[in-house]
Formats: sequence, structure tokens, C-alpha cells
Amino acid sequence: MNTIQIIMALIAGLFLAPLAVGLITGLDRRITARLQSRLGPPILQPFYDIGKLLGKEAILTNQWMAFCSLAYLAGAVISVVLFFLQSDLLLIFFVQAIGSVFLVMGALSVPSPYSQAGANRELLQILAYEPLLILVIVGIFLSTGSFKIGAVYAMDQPLLFKMPLLFLVLGIALTIKLRKSPFDISGSHHAHQEVVRGVYTEYSGPYLGIVEIAHWFEIVLFLCLISLFWSTGVVGLVILLGVTYFAEILVDNTTSRMTWKWMIGSAWSMGLVFSLINLLWLYYG
Amino acid sequence: MFSKFLQKCRVKSPWVLHFDCGSCNGCDIETLAVLTPVYDVERFGIINMGNPKHADVLLVTGTVNHRNKKVLRNLYDQMPSPKAVIAIGACGLSGGVFREAFNVVGGVDKVIPVNVYVPGCPAKPEAIIDGVVRALELFQAGPEGV
Repeated sequence: MNTIQIIMALIAGLFLAPLAVGLITGLDRRITARLQSRLGPPILQPFYDIGKLLGKEAILTNQWMAFCSLAYLAGAVISVVLFFLQSDLLLIFFVQAIGSVFLVMGALSVPSPYSQAGANRELLQILAYEPLLILVIVGIFLSTGSFKIGAVYAMDQPLLFKMPLLFLVLGIALTIKLRKSPFDISGSHHAHQEVVRGVYTEYSGPYLGIVEIAHWFEIVLFLCLISLFWSTGVVGLVILLGVTYFAEILVDNTTSRMTWKWMIGSAWSMGLVFSLINLLWLYYG
Repeated sequence: MFSKFLQKCRVKSPWVLHFDCGSCNGCDIETLAVLTPVYDVERFGIINMGNPKHADVLLVTGTVNHRNKKVLRNLYDQMPSPKAVIAIGACGLSGGVFREAFNVVGGVDKVIPVNVYVPGCPAKPEAIIDGVVRALELFQAGPEGV
């Protein structure tokens, strides 16, 4: 990549992609409201929410909360930037994982029982989706022969045809990461009163705003991973992203919240079986 | 320009916290009815929060007594400013028919500053929405308004 390409990638990764995700979340809230026969908030509502949060008074329970929210943001931003610079998938995966763990550490640093319960549930969610994510990355390695993102873009046919089951596995991980039903046990995207606010309980004001922005960057990363499955054309990529996100909204509105045992059991059993079949097919096929 | 955007965000995104100070549940049912699809206040960006640390507007129903005045004060103190308080129903305004009872302190404004009063026994959902809109006008006026 030359300098101009790097600057373009940075602009896209740091500004355009999070703004697009903000619009997608606004659209998500509106479609969800329509599915519940309500009118729903304006499309720009997520931006109003974040603007308001950043302008509120900063009340800290302890200094760790501020550090952890910023470290969570840093982890999410760095992983997105690495993706847009077409770096190594494994490196991106580890940076993203470190960021997510800081969110939990901040929530664990206060004695509030709701924050503690939310943090433990968030750890279980991380435990549920991280193995699935690494299996998807292994699948990409088996299909392209490299962990580099550039190798995916060098392919002449979309990864979706080679790894359809691993795409479903990534869908499970995306549902957990988007905090959608049936996996919204640590802090739900739409239900705002689950264990008070779960892992977000003790973050308030501007720090909650920072955590929300970091969450947008994480969604950017996951949607980018999904976009790798149709790397040959822009039209197919946009259609794949649209269909996947709409499926997420439908699943969110038609399922109820389950327990953490069910989450780990189903995510691992479905994820591991699908991955194993797909990986064996890639290895011997 | 930035502060103007901030002002707009405050008006567009009020997250409410509902605290029942010991009402007969009449006002509480009407307050929660506001969140149902019939009235759907999420179209104004209003979300019912269960957490004072995330709330901008505190809705209080019922009489304040010596037991729960500390809880009310605590919830109010945990909310980051700018914040607004709305007292709902006859009991929240003055203690209502219970104002002479030995355990009752009186209205919500005996314990915390109240910005908007919504009368009624119980208050109508339309009146509660009207009260929240009045509180938003205070946000519009700027930080010194609230």
C-alpha cells in the first residue's frame, strides 16, 4: 500500500465506518420498533444519544473505570485500523480480545452486584464467541493459505461458497457481539433493564459514551469480517451485509433471552460441529 | 456550533428513570402506559432506564415518607447533571390525601428540587408526556435552566 492508500484506509476505518454503523443501529431501532407495531425513534437517534452522553457530568466510582473505558476504545479502534490496513487476522483477533476484556475489568473494579453479575456474564459471552471466531480464522487460513487479509482479496471466488457453515458460525458470534436475543444476557441492545444495565451499569456520562463508541468500532470489525465472505464485488458485499443484519434483527425480535448455560451449550455445540464439518471439507476437499 | 449540537442532543435523547415513592400504583400504571405502543415515547428518543447513573429525567410518583426519602435523595444524587425531576400525581405534588398521615413527609419537593409538576389522581398518560416535554424545554434553555 502506498501513502495515499493508507490515508484513505485510515479515514474509512476511523470515521466513515463508525458513522455507517451508527446509521445502521438507528435503522435497527426503527425496524425493531416497526416489528413491534411502534413508530420508533429517528434514524439519527444513536448519534443524539452519544452526543448527550459525552456532554454529561463525569461521575466516576474509581479511576479504573475511566482507564478501562479508554483501553476498550483503544483496543476496538486499533483492531479496526489494522483491518483497514489489511493486516494479519490473528493479530486483529488478539487486539480485539484484549479490548473486550478491559470492558469487563472496568465493570469488575466496582463492588456493585449488578456490575459484577454483568461482568461475569460478559466474560461468559467472550468465552462463547472467541473460540468460534478463531475457528473462522482457521477456515480462512485453510482456504487462502495465509492469515493476511490481502490473500482473501486475491481470491477469484467468494469465500462464502467454500465456507458456508463457517459463515453461520460467524453469525452466532455476531449475534453475541451485537448483544441481541437470545444471547443478550450481559447487557441487552434493546432491553435496557436486564440486571439493571448489566456490564454497563457503573459506566456513566461521557464514559458510557466512550464505551458506546467502542462498541460501534467492534460492530465495524465484525461486519468487516462478514464482508470478507464476499470479497469479489461491492454489490454482493453490500447485499450480504444487509441480509445478515436483517436476519439478526429478525432473530432478535423472534427469540427470547436464554440463560448463560444454554448460551455456552448451544453456541459451542452448533459452532464446533459446523466448524468441524466445514474445516474437514476444506482440508480434504 | 458544538454546544448547539449538544443542546439538541439533550432535547432529543432524554432517558427517564421511574421511582415509585409509595403510590397506590395508579400513577405508575399510567407512567408505564406511556412506554407502550399506543403512546410509544421512544419516537422522541425517550427510553425507560433502570439505572440512575444513565438517566436524565427522574419521574417520581407517590407520597414521600420517612423511610424512602433517603432512597429518593440517593437516586437523585447518583444522576449526573444536567438532570430534571418531574413529580407526578396529587401525592407526588403535595402528599395528596395522605398529607396529614404521621409517616408522610409531603410532596417530592420537600426532599429534592422539582422542575415540573404533573397533577392528576392518577395523572393521565397525555399529561405525563406533556410534563416530560416541559422538562425538555428546560434542557433547551441550557444548563442554567435545569
